[in-house]
Amino acid sequence: MFSPCVRFSHCHQVLNVLFVCIPQNEGKRNLSLGGHVGFDSLPDQLVSKSVTQGFCFNILCVGETGIGKSTLMNTLFNTMFENEEASHYQNGVYLRPRTYDLQESNVQLKLTIVDTVGFGDQINKEDSYKPIVDYIDTQFENYLQEELKIKRSLFNYHDTRIHICLYFIAPTGHSLKSLDLVTMKKLDSKVNIIPIIAKADTVSKSELHKFKIKIMSELVSNGVQIYQFPTDDEAVSEINSSMNAHLPFAVVGSVEEVKVGNKTVRARQYPWGVVQVENESHCDFVKLREMLIRVNMEDLREQTHARHYELYRRCKLEEMGFKDTDPDSQPFSLQETYEAKRKEFLGDLQRKEEEMRQMFVNKVKETEAELKEKERELHDKFEQLKRMHQEEKRKVEDKRRDLEEEMNAFNNKKKMAAETVSLSQPLKKDKDKKK
Amino acid sequence: MIRFLHGCNVIFFTVLQQQKNLEGYVGFASLPNQVYRKSVKRGFEFTLMVVGESGLGKSTLINSLFLTDLYSAEYPGPSHRIKKTVQVEQSKVLIREGGVQLLLTIVDTPGFGDAVDNSNCWQPVIDHIDSKFEDYLNSESRVNRRQMPDSRIHCCLYFIAPSGHGLKPLDIEFMKRLHEKVNVIPLIAKADTLTPEECQQFKKQIMREIQEHKIKIYEFPETDDEEENRLVKKIKDKLPLAVVGSNTIIEVNSKRVRGRQYPWGVAEVENSDHCDFTILRDMLIRTHMQDLKDVTNNVHYENYRSRKLAAVTYNGVDNNRAKGQLSTKSPLAQMEEERREHVNKMKKMEMEMEQVFEMKVKEKVQKLKDSEAELQRRHEQMKKNLEAQHKELEEKRRVFEEERANWETQQRLEQQKLEASRYNLHSHL
Repeated sequence: MFSPCVRFSHCHQVLNVLFVCIPQNEGKRNLSLGGHVGFDSLPDQLVSKSVTQGFCFNILCVGETGIGKSTLMNTLFNTMFENEEASHYQNGVYLRPRTYDLQESNVQLKLTIVDTVGFGDQINKEDSYKPIVDYIDTQFENYLQEELKIKRSLFNYHDTRIHICLYFIAPTGHSLKSLDLVTMKKLDSKVNIIPIIAKADTVSKSELHKFKIKIMSELVSNGVQIYQFPTDDEAVSEINSSMNAHLPFAVVGSVEEVKVGNKTVRARQYPWGVVQVENESHCDFVKLREMLIRVNMEDLREQTHARHYELYRRCKLEEMGFKDTDPDSQPFSLQETYEAKRKEFLGDLQRKEEEMRQMFVNKVKETEAELKEKERELHDKFEQLKRMHQEEKRKVEDKRRDLEEEMNAFNNKKKMAAETVSLSQPLKKDKDKKK
Repeated sequence: MIRFLHGCNVIFFTVLQQQKNLEGYVGFASLPNQVYRKSVKRGFEFTLMVVGESGLGKSTLINSLFLTDLYSAEYPGPSHRIKKTVQVEQSKVLIREGGVQLLLTIVDTPGFGDAVDNSNCWQPVIDHIDSKFEDYLNSESRVNRRQMPDSRIHCCLYFIAPSGHGLKPLDIEFMKRLHEKVNVIPLIAKADTLTPEECQQFKKQIMREIQEHKIKIYEFPETDDEEENRLVKKIKDKLPLAVVGSNTIIEVNSKRVRGRQYPWGVAEVENSDHCDFTILRDMLIRTHMQDLKDVTNNVHYENYRSRKLAAVTYNGVDNNRAKGQLSTKSPLAQMEEERREHVNKMKKMEMEMEQVFEMKVKEKVQKLKDSEAELQRRHEQMKKNLEAQHKELEEKRRVFEEERANWETQQRLEQQKLEASRYNLHSHL
């Protein structure tokens, strides 16, 4: 009797609204209201729904082994995430995602931290970036597959796409390593990148200033696009644009507490002093936290969905041969597109079948020809034998004839001799008589 | 600087400030605030459809709900724009309140239910809703998705004439056909013609008929909040809402209220004892507008989409397989599977053909062998024959030669004898 109740995820809901744009003044009337209608509660309605469903956020940490990725995550989220230290002897780079459920006041956050284990440890680092790119693409692919399903449930889909990539730069104080440039160049069109200088407590203030300038100029000259904090929303444009000038952030991470004055703060204790993590004159940790979490988290998610994911999707669909307009620049409807694809596909299958059949027919013909050849050879052979036989037979016949002739001749001779003898016999008789 | 005009946001901000100073505060509790900011910047959209026979007070109600002259002399309401056939027309207005911008689209259906023969008067409405879904589906499926204007109907207010008896056949027919495509909220129009008891009866009757015909009107979602649930329950008990609309301001007890002046008194629009207008307004605009959009997106649109895509996917595939099996695959995955099936089929076919071929070849080769053997045998036979003849001949010759030799020897002997006797004879003479 009543329509079904559904729970909605903040993620898809907001992102759905994302694409809705208010076109400017297309036959619209601007009207003034004669009182309080109440739709100014719309943002609250939206917010309360998203709070109910919870948020999700995915961070990718790229950096050499031991550069302080896990410590920074622990410091940032003020939690001890379980982490074994990685060894330096991995033969490749592999990604290790871990998901945690955090809560702060009434907000629930599903946080996924993806670590790059083994990055920068191999002797040949040419392919180091590949597992990272593959991982990011896989998350996009999973989302795309879900989006393309016939029966889909995007509103309770656990979004695993990477919203931010923190790239940890080693504090050499000089410049970026070539591995850094290569990796960031491969990643900048796929994910929001914020470069940070790790273990910044080993770089002095003046060196740090020069280092930052060098890094930024190298990034610019190599055409690496890092994430810019948005300045279009007047509420936050001021703070964002000032922060943009402080990139890359030089951070120090620590979960150890040290007593400084009468306060206990998170810090690193050295014989020569204490580096306080949350002291803005010591490092940029507070700036990073401010930008990443408190001001722009939502924008990062939006950018990932509206820019990086869309780019991936567009490339993927074009690869599969989908187009938006036909050769006459008329837009395709969804039905037409799929039907065209299907026709092509079926034609393809049919062609393959034909090919196979044809191949078979040829094979049969060949074999038939071979066998016929063999038959003929056999036939020839026996013709030859037959002829030989005839020959032999004739010889035998000849011999027989010869023999008969000789026999006849002999018989004649014998007869003649017998006749001669009978002739001479009477003479002898006479002689005998005379005596 | 973030502008907060709604009460609760001020509290939120202060809480935020406090919490910032708490130890170990991470800060993602500000996410809702970030979302708030972005949504205000983006602005909101809502499309509302009003359906009902002419003269039921639809335009007045819309004007009352939004406290503005959406319908006026210049832009007349649906009852003044009746054409020969049922039309579906929309008008867009941009209204602002407290920093929040709302693009409101009102879709109305002049001519609905006004003809003598109203069969299929709902069809243009259904077509319109579907075409909006289609537009959205197409723009969602494009390769280049920049703007996706959302003109899908988020809510349909259906006006029931206050007969006091029950639903008309047209009402039932319309709601049955539309309840799975759009959020339907039935309203009793011009409720000031019913006394409270009549209204109560009428409502009960309507709900009974709705249940009987299994019509799914818009349902308020359950929440975890006890308080909210209680409010929702109160609303549910009053369904369908009986409304009165008016934009004329009348003075009652030195208060200026909106209402309808009768000789016997004033029916106040915003008085909850008089009608359910405030409940409708609060529910439609102040608390559940977002939910209406979400249900449209997650339920009605998804239903449309999956049906559409299933038709496209299974177009040409054996219907027996497709029946009753709305898979969760995308059309592309479906094609992929078909491709795999085809590959298997071809493999099988190839194997079969191979087998037949092999068999035939074997047969032929065997035949060939057999005839070779036969011929060989015959050849052997003939050879033997010949040899026998040869031998026989040899034997004969041998015998003959022997005989001849003997005879010749004999002849010679006789000759010698003859010669000897002849000699003797001569010597005697």
